[in-house]
Amino acid sequence: MSERWTVIRSGTPTRISASVLVVVGIAMFGVPFAFRTDIVQQLTTLCTLLIMAMMWNVLAGYGGLVSVGQQAFIGFGAYATIFLTQRDVPAYLAIVLAAVASGILAIALAPLLLRLRGGQFAVGTWVVAEALALLVALDEELGGGTGVSLRGLNAITPDWRRAYTYWLTLAFTLLLLTLVFLLLRRRSGAAIRAIRDDEEAAASLGVRVKPLKFMLFVLAGFGCGAAGALTLANTLFIQPQSIFGVQWSAYMLFMVLVGGIGTYEGPILGAILFFLLQDWFAQYGAWYLIGLGVVAIAFALFLPRGLWSLADDRLPFRLLPVGYALRPAR
Amino acid sequence: MTYANAVLQGVFLGGLYALFACGLSLIFGVMRIINLAHGDLAVLGAFLVWSLTTHLGAGPFVALIPALPVMLIVGYLLHRTVLARSLRGGPLTPLLTTFGLAIVVQNALLQAYSPDVRSLGGAAGGIATGSWRLTDQISLSYLGVLILATAVLVLGGLHLLLRRTAFGREMRATAQDPDTAALVGVPASSVYAKATAIAVATATLAGVFLAVRSTFDASSGPTQLIFAFEAVVIGGLGSLWGTLWGGMVLGVAQTIGATIDPQYSILAGHLVFLIVLASPRGRSLFAFRREATA
Repeated sequence: MSERWTVIRSGTPTRISASVLVVVGIAMFGVPFAFRTDIVQQLTTLCTLLIMAMMWNVLAGYGGLVSVGQQAFIGFGAYATIFLTQRDVPAYLAIVLAAVASGILAIALAPLLLRLRGGQFAVGTWVVAEALALLVALDEELGGGTGVSLRGLNAITPDWRRAYTYWLTLAFTLLLLTLVFLLLRRRSGAAIRAIRDDEEAAASLGVRVKPLKFMLFVLAGFGCGAAGALTLANTLFIQPQSIFGVQWSAYMLFMVLVGGIGTYEGPILGAILFFLLQDWFAQYGAWYLIGLGVVAIAFALFLPRGLWSLADDRLPFRLLPVGYALRPAR
Repeated sequence: MTYANAVLQGVFLGGLYALFACGLSLIFGVMRIINLAHGDLAVLGAFLVWSLTTHLGAGPFVALIPALPVMLIVGYLLHRTVLARSLRGGPLTPLLTTFGLAIVVQNALLQAYSPDVRSLGGAAGGIATGSWRLTDQISLSYLGVLILATAVLVLGGLHLLLRRTAFGREMRATAQDPDTAALVGVPASSVYAKATAIAVATATLAGVFLAVRSTFDASSGPTQLIFAFEAVVIGGLGSLWGTLWGGMVLGVAQTIGATIDPQYSILAGHLVFLIVLASPRGRSLFAFRREATA
């Protein structure tokens, strides 16, 4: 039997689809030359949503850490950018530094929060987000509760500013997509998926759960910080209540659940869907959010693997080779 | 003297937080899940009572008499429709569904009642405003005493229910091992549904007291959930009386913070919570989990 099957990373269709995706990703850099600026701005929003969905999926889908407080890092990234630009750091450099600072914040918070499990972790992260929002609102230099604008980008003409912001956002998106891809491809990928499926069983087989969770938490902190800083660069104005608002967690939950929790492609699909829904239905206010909540509950209960599972089960190949497949040997 | 007053008011405020927290603690103790919609269900209860008082002209405490059975049924149905199914989906699913539920309840209230800030204080009459003056600076409000007394009664009642009744024994058995409990004829889903019903009813009670004591609006839920959770963690997870002490510690932290500067009130509560989490004892607090609801 054994010589009639072989374990493979990818077949020809998977290689083709992966190459196409890489080419599309790189071609996205050309968008500002071909499309109007409002489309560029919309795509920037889509990319920040994609980063958030991916990071929340890394936490909840792979680490089993459902966070209701990732807005702590989103807000921290945005306000760290403000803090740095107030000290004459160039704005785009400040965004990169703010993302790194958010990663460091995650390192500092990890010993405190990672000892919590399940719902305790969820609410624990939320308290951190609330505490940070209150601290920021107390600081008059950061605009207090009324909000603050990002200065330092005024020198650039609006068209170029949007293009630069878009390029930086896209670069972060591709960087994080690559990081998560490599994380899943390497030895750690098997361990992470083992934790996803059953933490106790994984630990009993010798998977070092704690360092891996720490890594996922820090990666998610870094990514969400970047998303927050880039949201600020895209909108140029933030308020503590909205950037630290729990609605970010609701959006992330929706994107990941609808797309497919614990899959690589699911959050990408979820982010695109959410982006379109927001475009069409956001005008309905409370009804729109009620709809989001109902759909999220329905997916959690009836289609827990999300929309991507529908495609994944039918496709004869993977879009990206993150796992292994059994094929008959030739 | 202002600090003495702050501590006293904090203790009474703690009664309210304990009342919010006991339902959260009960559901966690029995089902091992944290109901992220707990605060929003409390606000839902407060709005129900608000509707009853405006339409019937009754006081909020009279309106509680029909409202509590309604919320018991709401809790029971909530478990039968959403929670029971999500419990089968693994440890993460209840968190995802209750968070989704929180969004739905909050925005449905926003849609139905507008974002206006309301209070039941006016409808409650003298009990909401009256107080005993002990000294020039220290006074005891009737309402604070009533809330704390209710909290002690509810916690004591739950304690007796768990310790002394057949249903309490079933709940403790299910909390320890649902499968074995089912083997000896205690169906877990029925026990869970009743526990959820009780938890939602206590949340309603807390929501109404919040509404009488100060103000509430459609988006008040999440803050109350956070306070309730902080009270539970400070007091020790799964311990009912610990919840009361936890609520009082949180209340005192907030009132002392507010005495220094009103802006520091909630922040001081968060800080105490984070300190408890960071302290070495924070670990052992969670070690009590096995003896949940004991």
